[in-house]
Order: sequence, then C-alpha cells, then structure tokens
Amino acid sequence: MTTSTVLAATGAVSGGEAVAFWILAPLALAGAIGMVAARNAVHSALWLVLTMLSLGVFYVLQAGPFIGMVQIIVYTGAIMMLFLFVLMLVGRDASDSLIEVLRGQRIAAIGLGIGFAALLGSGIHRATQGTPPVGLEQANAGGNVQGIARLLFTDYLFAFELTAALLITATIGGMILAHVERRKEDKRDQVATMKARFAPGNYPGPKPGPGVFATSSSVATPARLPDGRLSDLSTPDILPLRELTAEETSLKGTEK
Amino acid sequence: MNLAQAPSLTDFGHDPWWLILGKIVFAFVVALLGTLLGVWFERRVVGFMQVRPGPNQLGPFGLLQTLADGLKMAFKEDILPRAADKVIYFFAPAISMICAVTMLSVIPFGPMVSVFGHQTPLQVTDVPVAVLVVLALSSMAVYGIVLAGWASGSTYPLLGGLRSTAQLISYEVALGLSIVAVFMLSGTMSTSEIVAAQGTGPQLSLFGADITMPGWYALLLFPSFVIFFISIVGETNRPPFDLPEAESELVAGFMTEYSSLKFALIMLSEYVAMVAMSAFTVTLFLGGWHAPWPLSIWSGANSGWWPLLWFFGKVVLLVFVFVWLRGTLPRLRYDQLMRLGWKVLIPISLVWVVVLAWLRTVDDWETKSRLYAVGIPAGILLLAAMFWPSRKPQPQPTLAEQVENRPPGSFPLPPMDLQVPPSPRTRRMVAEREPANVPAGQDSEEV
Repeated sequence: MTTSTVLAATGAVSGGEAVAFWILAPLALAGAIGMVAARNAVHSALWLVLTMLSLGVFYVLQAGPFIGMVQIIVYTGAIMMLFLFVLMLVGRDASDSLIEVLRGQRIAAIGLGIGFAALLGSGIHRATQGTPPVGLEQANAGGNVQGIARLLFTDYLFAFELTAALLITATIGGMILAHVERRKEDKRDQVATMKARFAPGNYPGPKPGPGVFATSSSVATPARLPDGRLSDLSTPDILPLRELTAEETSLKGTEK
Repeated sequence: MNLAQAPSLTDFGHDPWWLILGKIVFAFVVALLGTLLGVWFERRVVGFMQVRPGPNQLGPFGLLQTLADGLKMAFKEDILPRAADKVIYFFAPAISMICAVTMLSVIPFGPMVSVFGHQTPLQVTDVPVAVLVVLALSSMAVYGIVLAGWASGSTYPLLGGLRSTAQLISYEVALGLSIVAVFMLSGTMSTSEIVAAQGTGPQLSLFGADITMPGWYALLLFPSFVIFFISIVGETNRPPFDLPEAESELVAGFMTEYSSLKFALIMLSEYVAMVAMSAFTVTLFLGGWHAPWPLSIWSGANSGWWPLLWFFGKVVLLVFVFVWLRGTLPRLRYDQLMRLGWKVLIPISLVWVVVLAWLRTVDDWETKSRLYAVGIPAGILLLAAMFWPSRKPQPQPTLAEQVENRPPGSFPLPPMDLQVPPSPRTRRMVAEREPANVPAGQDSEEV
C-alpha cells in the first residue's frame, strides 16, 4: 500500500496532491479548450492527449494507479494514436474552415457549454460537499489491481463479457465492411505468373522504354520500333498515344 | 538466497531528498553512458561481424568516438524546414527522450544497499503498477516518432511516421500479452517484487525427489520471453523492424529533416530506449539483479553492491543481442511485419496465457487428477496433430511431358541435356594452329 492510497482513503488532501491538482487541472482545462479551438486536426488531437494525460495522473492521485495507467496506455497510447494515423492519412493541410454555417451558432454553443459545465459542476459540488469518502480502504485492501480484478471476475463478469462481445462485434463488422474478399483462384502465384509471361503471344522481355528512337524524351512519346511503327507498349496505360507534330518537335528560337 | 535483501513496496518513499536526487542523477547517467557506450559498442560489434575494425582512433579502443560525434552534432547548423509545424517539430524529439529516460526510474538496479548509513533500494522508485508505467511510457514515446514525422512537413518523414503508428500499436499488444504471463506467476505488477519473486524457484517433486526449479521467468515462461523480446525489438524500432527509418527506402524515415541537436536527441532517445528496454527485460525475465547460477553458489553474490554488476552484465548481453540482430537480419517488409505481429505473436501469446492459466489451476489439485487434467488435453492434441489429414500432392508431370505440352510458338528452350555445343570459332582456331614440335613418345593427342 503506497502512502498516496492511505492519504486518499482518509479524505484528506495532502500538500503534494493539492499542488499536483492545481498544476494539472488548468492544463487539463487548457487541453479541452484547445482541442475545440485548434484549427488543425492534429493539433486538436494533441490537445486532447494533454487532457487525457492529466486525467490519468488524477486517477493515480485518487488512489487508482491501475486505472490511471490504463487510461494512459489505452486512450493516449492506442486510441489517440489511431486518430493521428487517420489524420495523417487525410493530410496535414486539412484544416477546418472558419465559415459559420448557422448564424450565431458559435456564440450559442459557447454559452450553452459554459452553462452546462456550471450546472454540472455546481450540482456535483453541492451533492458531494461534506460527504466523507468511504470504502476506499476496503476496496484497495488486497492491492488496487487485485481489487479491480476481483470485481471484474465476480460481480461484473457478465457486463465485462458483454462489453467484450460488443467490441469484438464492432471490430468484425468494420473488417467485413472494409475487407475485399479475393477468391483462391484469383490469386496468381509465382509459377502461374511466369507461365503467363512465357506463354505464346506475350513478349517476355522488358518493354521498350518511352522515348527510345523517338523524337522526344517525354514519357508520353511512344517508342519507335525498328520497322518505324509506334509501340504502344512503351507508354503508360493512362497516357494517350500521340505523336508530336512537326511544329512541336522543331527547334524553338531563343529570339523573338 | 538472502531474501531479506530484496526490497518490497514498503521500503520505498523513506529516502532523504539528497538520496532521491542522487538516484535520479544515477538513472540519468546510466541513460547517457548507455548511449555513449552503446553507440560505440554497436559500431565495434557490427564492425567485428563484418570483419572490419570499426571506430578505433579516438581514445582507447575508439571509446571517445561517440563523444566526438556528439560534439560535432552540436555545432551543426540547425535546420527548420519551411513547411514544418514549428512547435511540434521542436518538441517531438524531446517527447521521445523524456519517455525513454523516465522508463529507467522504475527499473531495480540492485537490492537494498547502505548509502551513508541509509538502507535504501537501488531503484529510483517503485509503484504497485510499475510495469504498466513502463508500458505507458513506451506508448507515449511513439508520439515523439509520429509527430517528428508529421511535423517535418515532407513526404518521407510522413511515411516513416505513418509506418511507426501501425507498427508500434501492433507490437504493443503482443508486448502487453506476453507480460500477462509474468503477472500470473509473480502475482504483482511492481518491478522490485517481480525481481524478488524470481529469487526463489518453485519446488517440483519428480519421482520422489524434490527439485528446485530455476526461478527466472525466461526459463519458466520461455514462449513469453521470446515473444516479449521480439516485441521490444519492434517497439524500439531496431532492425529488423526499423521500418520507420528504413534507410534504403525512406532516406532516414521520420528523422530525415532533423539536424544538429534535435537529431542528436532522436539518436539519444533511440539508444536510451534500447538500454531501458533491455533493463526491463532483465527485470521481468532474467532475474533482475540476481546472480546467474554458478555465481549464485557464493552466498554474498546477491547482497551489497555486487548485484549491480550482474544486472549490467545481463543488460550488456541483451544489448549485444540487439546489435547481433541488426548485424544479421534483413529488414522485414511492411506486410511481413504486420503478419508476424497479428497472426503469429498475438495468437501464440493468447493461447500460451490460456494454457498457463490451466496449468496454474490444476496446480492445486492432487497428483492423479492433475495428471489427467494435463495429460488428456495434451494427448488429444498429439493425436489430432498425428492424424490431421494432409493435402494429397498433385501428380507432377515430368519435364518431358511439360515440354511436350507447350503450345506452338512458345519461347525457345535451351537444350535439355545442358551439353554446350562446341564453339565454331574454337574449332576454326584449332584447325588453323601450326602443329607443335612434339617429341615422339609423348602424348600427342590434340586438345
């Protein structure tokens, strides 16, 4: 049992705890505000990371070291990292536009948000004021981790399993939606690829490079075969085959 | 083994301030010296493996080479790309560095020692969830790499950062699952108590004789140890899993745009992470500061300051394995990396944890039912493996048949008997050669 657990159990706020709170609480709040206010999506995610980290430390201070560490590992380490992954895939310049679609929406949202926070905060403050914390000592009696494990595998086993089933279902659903099924016959192994390559009618050697024996070194200029024909093998499929006109290939004068 | 030397959680938090400061400075010095010597060690060992000397000019055995490189780096121009996100670009190396160094704070370097009359454990601090602290720090260290890649504002670093997100999340799952086995056996998440739990091996009565098994989890939980070590190689971005900085594909990956001291910080954090993760492995699986077998016969091996030597000996051994892997294995492809993580490491860890839980459950039963409980599933598995229907091999057509069946107009084949026809040029030259004056009686056959 660490000293912090004992202190939190008695309901007293130690000096260190108070200092940690008054440093981390403004940081957590700043993170929350910054997350909404930041224009860049990655900055938003990072502000949220700050809030989550502060919350993790708060849990540790409140004699829940396990849940605090799990908060940091799962939320900041895994979930926000996946967010960042998606944001980075989308691109770094994808900033929100500042045009207000609904007039007065921002003011109304700020007002309602502050009002809701005040209501919630004052309500919880009034409800819990003067109530001594009870039962923390007993809950953490055999160690914090062991206490949580005992509850999870006895009283809350069914709820825990239901949550796990829900998450697994969501994961499998996501995979089914995103997965492209390829049948076994459609996959060509190396032997089949080589057989197709050397089958009659297919030229097994490298394709003629674009611009070989051509009038220009452009990728779009097709190669000229020895008999003078143009080879459409030499140009990428997405480019249309065209030959430059005499005017295009003629030397451009440097003077006007 | 003297267990009174092993600290427990109650031994922490009684140190005076100067001792705490001293321990923190000690951990920091371990990190910095680990980098300084680690880079030298890696270059020398890789040099030895590639049959070349490696750095050998500055100082004895080239020991000061890293110091010189570090000084040179400090005087380089610090480049800030125009497209970079300035604040994040600045902070990203610091995030990696802070996380890597902080990991060392929960590593037990040794047992209780006496420092100026104070009995104190050789560990900065310990908490009931110390192992999770290391996991949390290693998951936060990813941010340094990812943000460095993103904030550089160019393509190669971004690709490196993208690779590292997916890689590190996948390998963290395998890492966490392999530690579960350690938790199950030791019954605690505090690093000092895990080390203490490895001090005594379980008693095994086999055919009437009591045998003390070795207590190290690397032997008791061998599958977990292997998976854990593979995962930390992936977690520290070391070869063969160094895809985020793959030099042959991405220039230098996430750190392409970094220069000067920021680059030095990134290098520093990589080596500190390697040392810290090696120390973490030693703590979890290799008995921490406990002396290895032939040394442990000496009764004083596990008390006083000696364990520091065993601990760092094991850490150097693991760092050597890191370097060895780098010198031996080619880099994995991205899909191979993901397949190894998700289709090999994670399923094996899950099955192993279930098997271990079953073994732990039957541990309390009486011998006969325990034998049934372990023997019957093992027998079923063996029988299933023996009689599992194997796929009938398709009759392979002979080479002559394959040649016969080729469609007309196919690519010409070389002669099947592989006999090289004599070159017409050689034949002509031999015919034109003047006959040599060969004395009679000797071998006059023309070549």
